[in-house]
Amino acid sequence: MRYAMAVDTKKCVGCSDCVVACQTENKVPIGYCRDWIVEVTDGTYPQLEIEIRSERCNHCDNSPCVRCCPTGASHYADGGVVLVTHEACIGCGACIASCPYDARYPHPDGYVDKCTFCLENRVQKGLNPACVSVCPTKCLYFGDLDDPNSPVSLVLKKRKWKTLIPEAGTDPQLYFLV
Amino acid sequence: MKTTRRQFIKVSTMGAGSLAVGASIGKWTRASGLLGELTAGTSTPTRTPTYCEVCFWQCAGWVYKDEKGEIQKIVGNDDDPHCNGRFCPRGTGGVGQYTDGDRLKTPMIRTKVDGVDSFREVDWDEALDYIASKLKDISSRYGPECVALFTHGSGGAHFGHMLKAFGSQAVTAPSFAQCRGPREVGFLTTFGDIIYSPERTDIRDTRCLVLIGSHLGENMHNGQVQEMSDAIDKGASIITVDPRFSTVAGKSKFWLPIKPGTDMALLLAWMNVLIENGWYDKDYITRYAHGFDQLKEHVKKYTPEWAFGITTLAPDLIRKTAKEMFNASPAVIIHPGRHVTWYGDDTQRLRAVAILNALLGSWGRRGGFYQPEKAKVPDFPVPPFPTPKHQPTEAYKGKYNLANEVVSNGICDATIPTPDQNCSYKVWFVNGTNLLAALPDQEQTIKALEALELLVVIDTMPVEITGYADVILPECTYLERYDMLRKSGHREPNIAIRVPAAQPKYNTKPADWIAKNLAEKLGLGAWFPWKNMEELLDWQLNQVGSSLEEMKRIGVKKFPRQHDDLYFAPGEDIAFNTNTGKIELYSTDMEAEGFDPLPVYTAHEEPAEGFYRLIYGRAPMHTFSRTANNPNLTDLMDENTLWVNPKVAKLWDLKAGQYVKLKNQDGKVSTFSIKVRVTERIRWDSVYMVHGFGHNNKKLSRAHGRGINDTELVTNVKIDPVMGGTGMRGNFVTFITDFETTGKEAES
Repeated sequence: MRYAMAVDTKKCVGCSDCVVACQTENKVPIGYCRDWIVEVTDGTYPQLEIEIRSERCNHCDNSPCVRCCPTGASHYADGGVVLVTHEACIGCGACIASCPYDARYPHPDGYVDKCTFCLENRVQKGLNPACVSVCPTKCLYFGDLDDPNSPVSLVLKKRKWKTLIPEAGTDPQLYFLV
Repeated sequence: MKTTRRQFIKVSTMGAGSLAVGASIGKWTRASGLLGELTAGTSTPTRTPTYCEVCFWQCAGWVYKDEKGEIQKIVGNDDDPHCNGRFCPRGTGGVGQYTDGDRLKTPMIRTKVDGVDSFREVDWDEALDYIASKLKDISSRYGPECVALFTHGSGGAHFGHMLKAFGSQAVTAPSFAQCRGPREVGFLTTFGDIIYSPERTDIRDTRCLVLIGSHLGENMHNGQVQEMSDAIDKGASIITVDPRFSTVAGKSKFWLPIKPGTDMALLLAWMNVLIENGWYDKDYITRYAHGFDQLKEHVKKYTPEWAFGITTLAPDLIRKTAKEMFNASPAVIIHPGRHVTWYGDDTQRLRAVAILNALLGSWGRRGGFYQPEKAKVPDFPVPPFPTPKHQPTEAYKGKYNLANEVVSNGICDATIPTPDQNCSYKVWFVNGTNLLAALPDQEQTIKALEALELLVVIDTMPVEITGYADVILPECTYLERYDMLRKSGHREPNIAIRVPAAQPKYNTKPADWIAKNLAEKLGLGAWFPWKNMEELLDWQLNQVGSSLEEMKRIGVKKFPRQHDDLYFAPGEDIAFNTNTGKIELYSTDMEAEGFDPLPVYTAHEEPAEGFYRLIYGRAPMHTFSRTANNPNLTDLMDENTLWVNPKVAKLWDLKAGQYVKLKNQDGKVSTFSIKVRVTERIRWDSVYMVHGFGHNNKKLSRAHGRGINDTELVTNVKIDPVMGGTGMRGNFVTFITDFETTGKEAES
């Protein structure tokens, strides 16, 4: 099993619903977030292009954060999802420094926090991650890459895609449809 | 070391190719008590049905509580056609409307302490007694017709009912004359029917969506945004006409970067191209339309070459986009927009939009405009309302005869005493609308407020209008109350229910309770014969084969259609609700009222040197000025920014992130300052900001002094003579870089 997510940049309007839905679902304190919107504009008026991306932890197959964690708090869980065991985290911040995607933040309660793909609270109960469930443009696709009929497998077969900072060699599992 | 994201990254662009980057590093320590994994489902979660009140779309959803019994999250109801199980960011963040610690907490009455006005906290009984005795006194002198209600949202039903029982029909909402009025009148005079809310646009099945100054996706009208996304999936093309490279412009096959204020020229040129090339639905026009020959003759002179000189859009682009529409027809939507009070000839512009839709045969056709149907739910029986001696339309007698709703600014103007005014208002109830941000020309609004003998403001938040109140009544939020059933029309008739998920916080009360208790103090109890909302709703629901118990379980109920099909059948004989029974390309109503029966192009004011047209719009995470203090939503966006083209920034030596004040053509200077966003996404003759910021009430701790309130810079108001709409896009601003305080330090 290999959980992954695809983000359709052709449909995302950058409304930030994924951000609020994650915050309320996962009780992320106000002022912090596990996912966020990036907007890139190219060109000169009126020849312009824009790309809008909903970003989060890339749940990399080769995760520097897991490798550098001194206590084993950062680890691979079911389906390759990268999780942090809060009790085992000493808050040293090595993982934050190692992540090329800036996906992690220091939770005010003293541990490092980030996107979990809602693995335990939703996905293992048969639900989609909160961001996928709420997205008004349905631009987020989630599922198991080992299942050829999962929404994410199907859309990655059909569409052109890219990953972010592939040169970091982390083998990210967050795909952007372009 | 690379820049890291520590706190929330706002949506922003810092020039071509750049990324949004982060804020300061947060302090963090090892916690003593660690939180376990927070999950929603250790025990069976309880959920309560509601429909959202953060905007007018009123999506139905479920409120979930956490293990401590606190409201945790709100998610969409899968059966709701408004949201299809997916709330927008504002609805998802609606929990912040409930948790906001700055809410109004207890009733207050204006009182003088040492000669200075201040508010005194009172209990509900005293507040309502005070209002009742004032109302009795004032209406004994001027009649009950001198009471007006300005409202937006669900409270309007309760207070409107009370007002009608009292003897006044003056119920008005800025959502007409400050917003969608021109499109309703433009379509009513053409097709004999209006657009309604939610819009009857069949975006789901369209092949070509044309947006004119409408930025779907930034205005997060949930169902329409969802359907636009579905249409993109199905390969529909989008044509966006906007001086700003909006989000949806970035998703469009054609973006027409029009010179602001010239849309009418483009619309007429499109008509010219469609007719000259025979690119219109001949059978549909022959069968249904009135006045095609006059229209054909009328638009002959409006060639794309003529329009080029006005709009700055290349003739070839005008032709290509006209062809694109025709190729998709009748599955094409020239979208009527929503906030369309721009230049004062707005009804005529929306008539032009309606005529284009008629030429392409999209009205009543799949992928164009469908025929919505409402669920029929009987009202709880009450005695007939007393007949007022005069109607609110007498406030603007002889004017705006085609307006199909009460004109709010007409009531506002009629409140200011003049020698020839025989219809003046002495009492206003204001519920759920911050009139100082909603009505343009604040000075005029304040003059009216000062002329009132009694101003009662009912709201959840200490918005600016509360500062002018004689009595402030704190209503609870939508998450803490029942309201009337939602029964807006849609493809399938449906109803949605709102049930309180929590007890009202503080000393707040639901709108229905306030209206009923005030009515009883006024001796109007006969019009409120129900014990409470449960009894009222259960009675209504029983009439349609449901019950309160059932609706608490399902939240939304759909009914089969009783009337017309969703679309016209091929060759169907249709009687339109117009004077001629036809689609009026040539409007007999407009002609009878002395207006142009066919739309004409009028040039609008241009900015003077050094001034830029002020354009405003929406952000997906905010609604009007009502969410600017919501803790969840300010976390996403806590101030508006001023979009400035890099050429203009260079000319004025403006740097990205710098704060500026603005001065308009009438010398009006903004109270606060605004952060400059240098971006290629705006034309060099305009600046842009999101509406709803720059609050000057210090009690709004997250919103006070954040950004600029665009409304205070709208002093040049162009009244639409057809329906009284207030055109607000004829205002021009220049930059003030040398001022004493920044927005955040400034005090009102």
